[in-house]
Amino acid sequence: MSPAYYVFLAVILFVIGGVGVLVRRNAIVIFMCVELMLNACNLAFVAFARMHGNLDGQVVAFFVMVVAAAEVVVGLAILMAIYRARKSASVDDANLLKY
Amino acid sequence: MSLAAATIPAPSIEYSQLAPMLIVFGAAVVGVLVEAFAPRHLRRPAHLVLSLGGLATAFVLTCVIAGSASIFANGSPGHNAAMGAVAVDRPTLFIQGTILVLAFVSVLLIADSAQDVSPFAGQAAAAPGSPEEREGLLAGLVHTEIYPLTLFAVGGMLLFPASNDLLTMFVALEVLSLPLYLLCGLARRRRLLSHEAAVKYFLLGAFSSAFFLFGIAMLYGYSGSVSLAAIASTVSSNTGSTTLLFAGIALTGLGLLFKIGAVPFQSWKPDVYQGAPTPVTALMASCTVVSAFGALLRVFYVAFGNLTWDWRPAMWAVAILTMVIGAIIAITQTDVKRLLAYSSIAHAGFILTAVIAASAAGLSSSLFYLAAYGFTTVGAFAVITLVRDPGGEADHLSRWAGLGKRSPLVAGIFAFFLLAFAGIPLTSGFTGKFAVFQAAVAGGATPLVIVGVLASAIAAFFYVRVIVLMFFSDPVPDGPEVVVPSLFTGTAVGLGAVATLVLGIVPGPVLDLANHAATQLFVR
Repeated sequence: MSPAYYVFLAVILFVIGGVGVLVRRNAIVIFMCVELMLNACNLAFVAFARMHGNLDGQVVAFFVMVVAAAEVVVGLAILMAIYRARKSASVDDANLLKY
Repeated sequence: MSLAAATIPAPSIEYSQLAPMLIVFGAAVVGVLVEAFAPRHLRRPAHLVLSLGGLATAFVLTCVIAGSASIFANGSPGHNAAMGAVAVDRPTLFIQGTILVLAFVSVLLIADSAQDVSPFAGQAAAAPGSPEEREGLLAGLVHTEIYPLTLFAVGGMLLFPASNDLLTMFVALEVLSLPLYLLCGLARRRRLLSHEAAVKYFLLGAFSSAFFLFGIAMLYGYSGSVSLAAIASTVSSNTGSTTLLFAGIALTGLGLLFKIGAVPFQSWKPDVYQGAPTPVTALMASCTVVSAFGALLRVFYVAFGNLTWDWRPAMWAVAILTMVIGAIIAITQTDVKRLLAYSSIAHAGFILTAVIAASAAGLSSSLFYLAAYGFTTVGAFAVITLVRDPGGEADHLSRWAGLGKRSPLVAGIFAFFLLAFAGIPLTSGFTGKFAVFQAAVAGGATPLVIVGVLASAIAAFFYVRVIVLMFFSDPVPDGPEVVVPSLFTGTAVGLGAVATLVLGIVPGPVLDLANHAATQLFVR
């Protein structure tokens, strides 16, 4: 099976994640959609590594996993803080800063 | 197995050339240890010595590397250190030096604790208005973690413009962003605003770095490598799929333009600048912008340098939108930090006009503009920390009415910074704008410069409006108090004002330095 199909799958996953960020209202779900986008990137890197026959893409995928884990730590801490203060994780409720 | 291990060559790391970054990261790690082991009353002095000492040492070493004969021997533009991952060349060293000085001044603001205990929350985990928060305040708890977080962010900012491959650049982007997300949410006053700024910055920042990463994946698919030089050579040999190439340019460009706050990726900037603690805003508005422009310049000059005709039209549109929308929306603002955020968006557009020139003149004028603008911004935000209401800083512009009658010196210095933003002669803003517009005209972008001059005229209107408000309207009854600056804030305001004045009156030495840094462009 051609590795190109995996690239198409990665694009589809990335678009699903991107649309999810734009349409969902819960900050946790938005963040999950961002993680889906990062994993789509990983899939694309690994598929391209297979197509080019070198290991660079696989190494990048490892780095991305570590960075994504660090992002989860920071992101959940921030979301926890705003949830405790407002009793809501909806991004529509956080509306003090505008205009 | 032992044979297989022996065939892998050990990578060589040029520690001396990477010393500035290693020292800043090292100081940050030691700062974490201080946080873990030092008794509470010793932490702040220890962090101050570490942060300020680390940044100063890193700056001295950057100057030493820039003066090194061996790296730049025989007219070499620089050296690719750490197996080609990190570039050491003159534009990067200029950017890193600028970041280190601006970060030093920002740390002075962050460390200032003369007004109340500190500008940062005593206990970030306690919900606003809860009994825990009150207990923490009474016990005098202070978050000293802000110093190592700042150092990590600054370390990422140093690496971001120096990265010579896109993987290093992505990691540096995250290293600079993650601590900033946290710092935004740690304000002592108006904590709901601060939390909201952190959430917005985090979600939009993570969204944009996902786009940046997917762009890297596309470019890797195009060239089979993430190194900027390899992508450039694939471009010139014209092999590979152009679909992947153009998708990669667009998505990586989107990630970088988000960081500099160019329209249409600007929406986070006013919210984050307003909600974040003012010293952190000063750090973001100066150092992050300098660093992100450094990375943008490197990617578009090194990797996409042969594709100028392909990316230029899109960049034209972004630059025009950024200048015009930044200047027009700023007119309607009533919050002084939000006003400066929109002004920062407009300034990003002015610098983009020089980036589009894709020449040595474009590079050198961007470098000069970034340095000049950074100092003015840090100074302006330092002044904002001085004008205070009982509940914190007096951000609303109506509170600034008549400030010139009650405190002529502070209002005068702020007016001077605003004139520099507007680009009035004898300030650094004029020299910077003149340089970028000159480079843009030389690069054939005269229509862009006309839009830029018009946008500057619109921008001048709202800067002058604030000055008129401060000097020619009656002071509000029970108006904000203007506190006497402590040594730290006073130094920050003074440095900002002196740099703005000196770069306006005798810009020669720094202009020469920027020209010298830019003559050979980036190392490949």
